[in-house]
Amino acid sequence: MKKKKSLGLMADQKFIVLIIVVILYVVFSFISKDFRKYSTLVMMLDSTYYILLLAMGVTFPLITGGVDLSIGTGMICYGLTGGYLVVQKGYPTWVGLVVAVLFGLLIGILNGILIAVMDLPPFLGTLCTCMMTRGLGSICANSFAIPWPGAKAEGGWFHNIFKLTVGAGRKAMNYPVGVIVLAVIVIIMSFVLNHTRVGRYTIAIGSNKEATRLSGVNVKAYHITAYAISGLFAGLASLAYAAAIPTIQPGTGAGIELDAIGGAIVGGVSPTGGAGSIVGTMLGVFVIQLLKTGLPYIGLEANWQQIVTGLVLIGAVMIDVIKQRREALEG
Amino acid sequence: MGETILEMKDIDKSFPGVHALDHVSLEVKRGEVHALMGENGAGKSTLMKVLTGIYKKDEGTITYKGREVEFHNTREAQDNGVVIVHQELNMVGDLTVAQNIFIGREPRKGFRIDDKKMIVDSRALFDRLHIDIDPTEKMSELTVGKQQMCEIAKAISHNAELIIFDEPSAALTEKEIEDLFTIIRDLRSQNLGIIYISHRMDEIKVITDRVTVMRDGGYVGTLVTEECTKEDIINMMVGRVIYEKPKEKSLVPADAPVVLKVEHLNAGKMVHDVSFELRKGEILGFSGLMGAGRTETARAIFGADPKQSGDIYINGEKVEINSPEDAVKHGIGYLSEDRRRFGIVVGKSITENSTMAALSEYMSGLFINKNKEKQVSEKYIKELDTKTPSTDQLVVNLSGGNQQKVVIAKWLVRNSDILIFDEPTRGIDVGAKNEIYKLMNRLAAEGKSIIMISSEMTEILRMSDRIIVMCEGRKTGEINIEEATQELIMDKATRQMEA
Repeated sequence: MKKKKSLGLMADQKFIVLIIVVILYVVFSFISKDFRKYSTLVMMLDSTYYILLLAMGVTFPLITGGVDLSIGTGMICYGLTGGYLVVQKGYPTWVGLVVAVLFGLLIGILNGILIAVMDLPPFLGTLCTCMMTRGLGSICANSFAIPWPGAKAEGGWFHNIFKLTVGAGRKAMNYPVGVIVLAVIVIIMSFVLNHTRVGRYTIAIGSNKEATRLSGVNVKAYHITAYAISGLFAGLASLAYAAAIPTIQPGTGAGIELDAIGGAIVGGVSPTGGAGSIVGTMLGVFVIQLLKTGLPYIGLEANWQQIVTGLVLIGAVMIDVIKQRREALEG
Repeated sequence: MGETILEMKDIDKSFPGVHALDHVSLEVKRGEVHALMGENGAGKSTLMKVLTGIYKKDEGTITYKGREVEFHNTREAQDNGVVIVHQELNMVGDLTVAQNIFIGREPRKGFRIDDKKMIVDSRALFDRLHIDIDPTEKMSELTVGKQQMCEIAKAISHNAELIIFDEPSAALTEKEIEDLFTIIRDLRSQNLGIIYISHRMDEIKVITDRVTVMRDGGYVGTLVTEECTKEDIINMMVGRVIYEKPKEKSLVPADAPVVLKVEHLNAGKMVHDVSFELRKGEILGFSGLMGAGRTETARAIFGADPKQSGDIYINGEKVEINSPEDAVKHGIGYLSEDRRRFGIVVGKSITENSTMAALSEYMSGLFINKNKEKQVSEKYIKELDTKTPSTDQLVVNLSGGNQQKVVIAKWLVRNSDILIFDEPTRGIDVGAKNEIYKLMNRLAAEGKSIIMISSEMTEILRMSDRIIVMCEGRKTGEINIEEATQELIMDKATRQMEA
């Protein structure tokens, strides 16, 4: 019997991606003196946190066999709304943060209802909410561009979640504490995916929704939950985004979801659902972020990053396709 | 009969856990209709898939038109004149008849598709087969019978020399079957070779020249149809293993309580006013022809499909079942006829499948207790004698019989008291079949109540304590096993059609 062949490949893919991450970092560092600077690393991490949060969230809908296109514009929308309350209306920062996260959760649940209850195809359902959140963000923020309080300003404490600055002026030292925060979240979400009913049924829905339903599982509820998680994480991502980007512009955000989805797929989430891991997603996001940040340092235009990312994605998807073809033949 | 067109010799094929074909041989001549018979899981379809290049054979030779061949896909087989008319129709409903027949090889006129030529050619094809179908009609508007004719026309349009009919009559009416036979005779007179797969003994006698019988993946023998009787063929098909005597009397105690009562159930187009009772420890057989509404009845009871009206009582209490979730809560488990689609999650492990319906009992707080899960999985592997190297084995790698055991385990883990087995031994080889039967008898003896839907008469007669017969969505008979005969059941299963 051909035992564990597909499991072996899964592990392989994670391992392969890890090696790619290491190789990319080493190669870029070797070629570019600037790339291997500590400040570059901190900057790169800053712009990775929010993508990683989005990717962890969207991993759930992807594993159910769906997708969530609303997370990019959604993240901007939630960040604008929360920031508007803080900057323009004078609420304390924590109120803005809570509102942003809850707003994300709400849109996530809406996505879930559209897809699980009203049976809209995920691509279409979340495309609608993608458009809606784009408009909604501008409306909620009264069309203002929103600069959340800076790291040094009053109410800017939330920056410290991701980047702790000690000292001032030339002696200021940045510590990327976000790495620890994100590591904790990765561990928690890995647990959710592998050791809870939500995770188990998310995977089961992606593998065989009908058989899962006929086992007496409340498939609709778990399907909605997968999208709710995605929305919640888009809300959390808006915090990381606000910490990384000085000013949030209304009308932006479209396309960011593709980096997150791409990262998840590169990391081994099956594009047809039923398989995937949080650690894989994390590594996939690293690959994408390394390419995005690193290629300009070695003298390639930023546009090349898009092309290379596309090629990497094709490679990742091919692994899945070949795996499925083999399973179909054996089965 | 003319010269030999096809000779398959010593074909051997294994899948993980199953020896699907064990040195099977088949010879077909030109101008012959050759029946390929055997019970479900005997290996007929596998043999045909090897022939048409869907599966690669492990051993053996295929000689076609005097030359050794090995087709790599159906396309290549088609190009060489070997075509298969499938049981399930492969038609695109929204395209016209002509577009369907020429799909993938549309005649061109410059850059355009030459619709006119397609229609003219289709007409010529239908004329040759004496079929009356308008090539410009949409496929979805034809009856199933006519769609089947189109499928045949499409097959022949590939300049076919060897045509395989895979249970072509399963969904046809009497009249349509006659039309089909006219076409087949016509093709035979044109010196084509024809392989005809069917379960219907009467058809075999009417339409075929020779019969090759397979059993349990092996070759049993070839007979000239005229020289043998139905019984000869049946004996070859079933061997000694499965042709056991029917149950003689009900094993249910007279005072066994009613656990499930269904009253005036109506659901969709296929279930009309169905009422019955199921008693503790009983195996209640549901017999009937294909499309009699048995599966639909089961799915409606289980909440898998919506019902329009009707009451369900469990242990005397009226219950509301609007989803499988409700049904499972009330102790009902459903084992679908289509395991791969509805029964199991093939890409997941035995353990994950086993606890699928009862995961809430395997939690430690928020987390799944994987040790406890593994223990119960191991327990049922042992108890049901599931053949697998480990609990982590993906279900996709198990044989049909062992997959069915995993589904049974799922409901036993859930501690369901009412089990609905829909075609419990479909796609399961003979040895494993007996094991499933034993298991079902054991479950009934332990006090589980079983509804068994089956299209195999021997299975119905062997397993049931009582038999309900359905026809066209209605219950047409209820027979105690003591009085049941094949003839009586058949009579009730066809009753409504005559009326």
